[in-house]
Amino acid sequence: MTAPAIRRQRVGRSVTSRAADSIVRRLISLNGWAAIVILAAIFLFLAVNARRALEEVGFWVMSLGTEWYPTIPTPRFGFLPLLSGSVLVTATALVLCVPVSLAAAIFISEFAGGRVKEVTKSIIEFMAAIPSVVYGLIGIAVVVPWVRATFDTDSGLTALSGAIVLAFMIAPTIVSISEDALHAVPNSLRQGSLALGNTRWETTYKVVVPSASSGILAAVMLGMGRAIGETMAVLMLTGNAAVIPDSLFDSVRTITGTIAAEMGNVVQGGLHQSVLFTLGLVLFSITFLINLVADLVLEKQRRRWQR
Amino acid sequence: MTESREQNVTGVFELENVSVTYGSEVAIAGVSMHIPPRAVTALIGPSGCGKSTLLRCLNRMNDEIGSAKVRGRITLDGADIYAKEMDPVELRTRVGQVFQKPNPFPMTIYDNVAYGPRTQGTRRRSELDEVVERSLKRAALWGEVKKDLKKHAFELSGGQQQRLCIARALATQPEVVLMDEPASSLDPISTQQVEDTIAELKEYVTIVIVTHNMQQAARISDLTAFMLRESMEEPAQLVEVGETRVMFTNPGDKRTEAYITGRFG
Ligand SMILES: Nc1ncnc2c1ncn2[C@@H]1O[C@H](COP(=O)(O)OP(=O)(O)OP(=O)(O)O)[C@@H](O)[C@H]1O
Ligand SMILES: [Mg+2]
Repeated sequence: MTAPAIRRQRVGRSVTSRAADSIVRRLISLNGWAAIVILAAIFLFLAVNARRALEEVGFWVMSLGTEWYPTIPTPRFGFLPLLSGSVLVTATALVLCVPVSLAAAIFISEFAGGRVKEVTKSIIEFMAAIPSVVYGLIGIAVVVPWVRATFDTDSGLTALSGAIVLAFMIAPTIVSISEDALHAVPNSLRQGSLALGNTRWETTYKVVVPSASSGILAAVMLGMGRAIGETMAVLMLTGNAAVIPDSLFDSVRTITGTIAAEMGNVVQGGLHQSVLFTLGLVLFSITFLINLVADLVLEKQRRRWQR
Repeated sequence: MTESREQNVTGVFELENVSVTYGSEVAIAGVSMHIPPRAVTALIGPSGCGKSTLLRCLNRMNDEIGSAKVRGRITLDGADIYAKEMDPVELRTRVGQVFQKPNPFPMTIYDNVAYGPRTQGTRRRSELDEVVERSLKRAALWGEVKKDLKKHAFELSGGQQQRLCIARALATQPEVVLMDEPASSLDPISTQQVEDTIAELKEYVTIVIVTHNMQQAARISDLTAFMLRESMEEPAQLVEVGETRVMFTNPGDKRTEAYITGRFG
């Protein structure tokens, strides 16, 4: 009498749990599909709006053009000044930010004790929460005068000023993701290295950091994606001259800054607007690729420790 | 004759009244024992009786645990290893350790073994080649891997990985190798291979091994130390230590007999 009862109960439970299981699984895969559909929709939306520019000006004429004069009677729509502005500001921000961020991540993960660790982590979380306009204001109040005084430039609104502030803005991303990667390195490896007569520092740079290298790379790439996509602070600080820069002390104009500054003043459905959509398409493709590669790298690292 | 041989042999531990506390918890207390050179000493006892704790005293890995505090006196070849002038980092090149789970570094087989010697400053390729070959031979892994030393260590089987870790520990030419349940995550064949390796290693180094496997202790050790923690309120103690053969046939303490024959909770 009891045996069938137990069996029935067990079957009943497995039926409901299987149902719950399949609902959850369907929801998750629905999410995945939704993400893909949304991404495709954004791409399509941009492409449809960019169509006129692609037909009338041509992709390569825009991509390789060295002049950006969108409002003169025979306008020039060359992307290179804007692309080089974005690349210069982003690369400089990375050069300034990556060494310090890695040092911070290593400190937090490998050397800081409980209290210090908590405090540093919350400082970094706080940095991530500051709106980018506020970063822009701080940049205008502090960084721009400093650059003007130190490097003797006319206005202080230079690629360097934008890069310095951008470095602070992408630091939280790079620090927290590389800290995660360092944290994921199994403790048994640290123990193994210490037991072989290595100091903590030797253990860190010979075993822990190389073991986390793909995660650190992904962190840098995600930081780079953020830097390229950042608009407001850069618009406020770089002086907005759409000219291919000679040095860090020139004013530059980024892709994002251009879209933000000009979109409000264009004719609806006009060629200029369509060109701006093409710029958006280029930006979207760049950041999408960077994020995709970073995700693949992170996934590879995750699988590595599951052996 | 034997006298002078004894004097040249290194890797002798002397423990006097050793106790370890973690914060306010006294884990082990009053452990005194002699660990002879070129022999296998097995530490046995129920889970939580402080075997790993005692083992970590010998290469000062307890230093890495913030709350751990070691008291008493431990000498290696006559020198107090907790003395001020003793550098724990240097000590660990003399006292190697093999862990419960194989923990090869994510690099090639060659680089794993060369890791310790490189830290010690060996740079010459020929010298490194020699150390790598000798260490892998002593760990009984050479035959299986000599063709592809450039292979990633993660591609080896669990048993091979553990022997690689033994080779890695041997490469710094330690006097002592500590092993904390080195075969507990391995299949019977790999276990057999690791045991064979240990038996051969005795020739070069002193071995202190923690094991839960009574047959294993009986098979491979010369000396056995039985530890026991009678209740959580009091620290674990060393019940007895003696020649393995005697311990397993004619234990001096009732509790040892009960544990060895498996009549222990
Ligand atoms: N890192 C640590 N921090 C705090 N207490 C610890 C730590 N390691 C061990 N202990 C305590 O010390 C006591 C002995 O632990 P230990 O790991 O040395 O036992 P063991 O004999 O190796 O056990 P097992 O056979 O399960 O490995 C236990 O009560 C444990 O809670
Ligand atoms: Mg243990």
